[in-house]
Amino acid sequence: MATVNTSRKNCTVNPLKMSQPIGAALAFLGLDRCLPALHGSQGCTAFGLVLFVRHFRENIPLQTTAMNEATTILGGMDNIEQAIVNIWNRAKPDIIGIASTGLTETKGDDVDGYIKLIRKKHPEFDDMAIVYVSTPDYKDAFQDGWSRAVTRLVEELAEPGQMDTRQVNILAGSHLTPGDIEEIRETVESFGLAPIVLPDLSGSLDGHIPEEFMPTTMGGTTVADIRRMGSSRYTIAIGEHMRPAAQALQDKADVMFTVLDRVTGLAACDDFIKLLADLTGNPVPLKYRRQRSQLVDAMLDGHFFFGGKKIAIGAEPDLLWAMSHLLAEMGCEIGAAVTTTQSPLLEKIPAEEVQIGDLEDLERKAQHCDLLITHSHGRQMAERLEIPFLRMGLPLFDVLGAAHRVSVGYRGTRDLIFEIGNMFMSHGHEATPATWGMPKEECNACAPATAH
Amino acid sequence: MSALSSKVQAVFDEPGCDKNQGKSEKERKKGCTKQLQPGAAAGGCAFDGAKIALQPITDVAHLVHGPIACEGNSWDNRGAKSSGSRLYRTGFTTDVTELDVIYGGEKRLYKSIREVIEKYDPPAVFVYQTCVTALIGDDIEAVCKAAGAKFGKPVIPIDAPGFVGNKNLGNKLAGEALLDYVIGTQEPEYTTPYDINVIGEYNLSGELWQVKPLFEKLGIRILSCISGDAQYKEVAWSHRAKATMMVCSKAMINITRKLEERYGIPYFEGSFYGISDMSDSLRQTSKLLVDRGAPAELMERTEDLIREEEARAWQRLEPYKARLAGKKVLLITGGVKSWSVVSALQEVGMEIVGTSVKKSTVEDKERIKELMGEDAHMLDDMTPREMYKMLKDARAEIMLSGGRSQFVALKAKMPWLDINQERHHAYAGYDGMVALVQEIDKALYNPMWEQVRKPAPWEC
Repeated sequence: MATVNTSRKNCTVNPLKMSQPIGAALAFLGLDRCLPALHGSQGCTAFGLVLFVRHFRENIPLQTTAMNEATTILGGMDNIEQAIVNIWNRAKPDIIGIASTGLTETKGDDVDGYIKLIRKKHPEFDDMAIVYVSTPDYKDAFQDGWSRAVTRLVEELAEPGQMDTRQVNILAGSHLTPGDIEEIRETVESFGLAPIVLPDLSGSLDGHIPEEFMPTTMGGTTVADIRRMGSSRYTIAIGEHMRPAAQALQDKADVMFTVLDRVTGLAACDDFIKLLADLTGNPVPLKYRRQRSQLVDAMLDGHFFFGGKKIAIGAEPDLLWAMSHLLAEMGCEIGAAVTTTQSPLLEKIPAEEVQIGDLEDLERKAQHCDLLITHSHGRQMAERLEIPFLRMGLPLFDVLGAAHRVSVGYRGTRDLIFEIGNMFMSHGHEATPATWGMPKEECNACAPATAH
Repeated sequence: MSALSSKVQAVFDEPGCDKNQGKSEKERKKGCTKQLQPGAAAGGCAFDGAKIALQPITDVAHLVHGPIACEGNSWDNRGAKSSGSRLYRTGFTTDVTELDVIYGGEKRLYKSIREVIEKYDPPAVFVYQTCVTALIGDDIEAVCKAAGAKFGKPVIPIDAPGFVGNKNLGNKLAGEALLDYVIGTQEPEYTTPYDINVIGEYNLSGELWQVKPLFEKLGIRILSCISGDAQYKEVAWSHRAKATMMVCSKAMINITRKLEERYGIPYFEGSFYGISDMSDSLRQTSKLLVDRGAPAELMERTEDLIREEEARAWQRLEPYKARLAGKKVLLITGGVKSWSVVSALQEVGMEIVGTSVKKSTVEDKERIKELMGEDAHMLDDMTPREMYKMLKDARAEIMLSGGRSQFVALKAKMPWLDINQERHHAYAGYDGMVALVQEIDKALYNPMWEQVRKPAPWEC
């Protein structure tokens, strides 16, 4: 059990947190033929765009309503209308996802109302979905924006229907990489199920080479898929912040759900596989039995290097949850845990204290830790602390292949244990004669120093 | 009219810019670039521009007053290098909450300034205004004034909230802040007849260090660089230079012109990109210094250095000329760099098949016309799809652009080179030109192109 503290500081130093609207934007980027837009000044979009480009090393379709001083005060209806018209003319997407920003929320734009009026005026948009989510920058964090966007997608688009017994929904949290999603999908499919993953970054931001250039996303969950989610037999939400979306779908279409708080770690993966086996009545495929035993072996081989190590983690609540439990299960102590936003998970994190704070807080608490885990912005503190640094989360702008890192499932957990174990190994200190030197002051048994 | 909007109007009236003066009163009020189109706009805001312009000042604490988006989504993402303090790479923000939005964020800002000074003891704090805090009416100027008086340190308000305009405007507003609060507030230990300012150079990837040795070889001292690898005090005493070189087109022309108006420091506009531009910049610097009383022999030494360095550079470029001659380049970049890179590439015989002028000022466009002739392919508003098509059809063989559009080229399986602020290579001066050409050559001739362009065997 952890005490959860919020930083008392006025000034955030070296932010860990990113804002809600770009969390929502990334969720929209997991949809097929989508063009998300932030309702704010163009800088709001530009910062998010650059961030995602550097992380995914992919083209990022993301637009702006380009608000200025005057339009902010007069209200942004005209800008939203123009943005939709321009996006429609240039890109003809299947769906536009609009997220508000701090600017337009401070003014208090009634975007839901605007969209109703715009729809009335422009029947040509009837076949294009437009989903709006309220995500002020000055509240909550990235993960919350993602969660709200997915919930709004389900509320707006999913339709109740005749149950398809093979079809299941996977609601994927923002802490999952495209590689993670691919792993989860394959696992679900191996039980003979047909999953609809929402949002599906593995379709849109997995680094594929398309045959032509499109101004929208290419690949990801289709609007038709989202509509069909109400006919699924079951929903598996991955990450606590996916619970509201799962609940919304149950309320709307009576699809029952389970929230898996994580799919990293032996016991957690067992729960996942057992759930699939129970749902289908199928035996667990040989492939996963074998992978499970590989993971067990990795834990046996690796535990020597993990025991007693102190870890500092800075991550959004669901990633912090997954990583802290895995490391605690391997014998580590979570020496410092800093996160971005409230979550029901925080007080159950295996650490003495969890702080909602920034990387300055993490650096202060990490002084005696053996490993730092956070996103790429930890690079400066890792240098100062002179401890190994495992980059996890978003953004990862100084490594290749951020999208393809896998830390879920038996195989992903196995590789993660190897990666971390190798870091401990290569940072181990070789013994020298001085290693076991007696403390000077208390050395009563020492021979008196010889005078020269 | 508020202080900010009158400031914005003031920077739109730029006597130092012929184009600006050629406009009608009404046109001038609109600023240098086109109005932004909702749903079809790209690029940063005024806050972004102000931050880009000032963040390279290395020992200052750059404190962003606003919600987490403005700093949290963007910090430590630029390649300006420092030879000293690393404080500029620390992200400071008030991260205002919903309650601050309701009750006002001035108290949080004041306390934040105190925390920053207590913990990090910088020579100055720069406070950046953002949209939300501007909208709720936080008076950062008053808070900075009070905090400065209380803590005995310069606390400088940078009033360039994102929604007042684009990056270029932000650059200029940042310049205004330096003029109003920083420049002229300190004195250098000594001065020489060879002291210059370099304005509009940000030391990205260490580019300032590529040209500094050239000046030093001539005995010329860069008294202040605004703002690459600068310390606060160096900016504060920039009014004691004998001449100014303005690097980055018109982005900071207001500083340059007002240094001339207020302190009689003459300036010229030059570039460090390309061999002839570099030589020209050295020549003009020396000429201005001689005009201001430096010994005339400086000119001869300058010509000697130019002769030596040019010969050395051409010798190193020679092997590439045959490999690059006639290669077709698509150049997509912010306005400030278009014309300087154009001339650089022409020097090795590359053909510029198009250059984007979306963010360029009218002035920039004139320069490109001068370089490329009347039929210059200036692409005002090229969509990524059109760029992709151009590359896919091999009407262009390599694209040079900023990071966010790189995939237009890479997905067409065509070479691309980063020439924007996130780039990892330094391209200034003679060495930089050689490096740029080497990078283009490496990109064009990488053997992997052949494999990645071949379809899978089962698709033939």
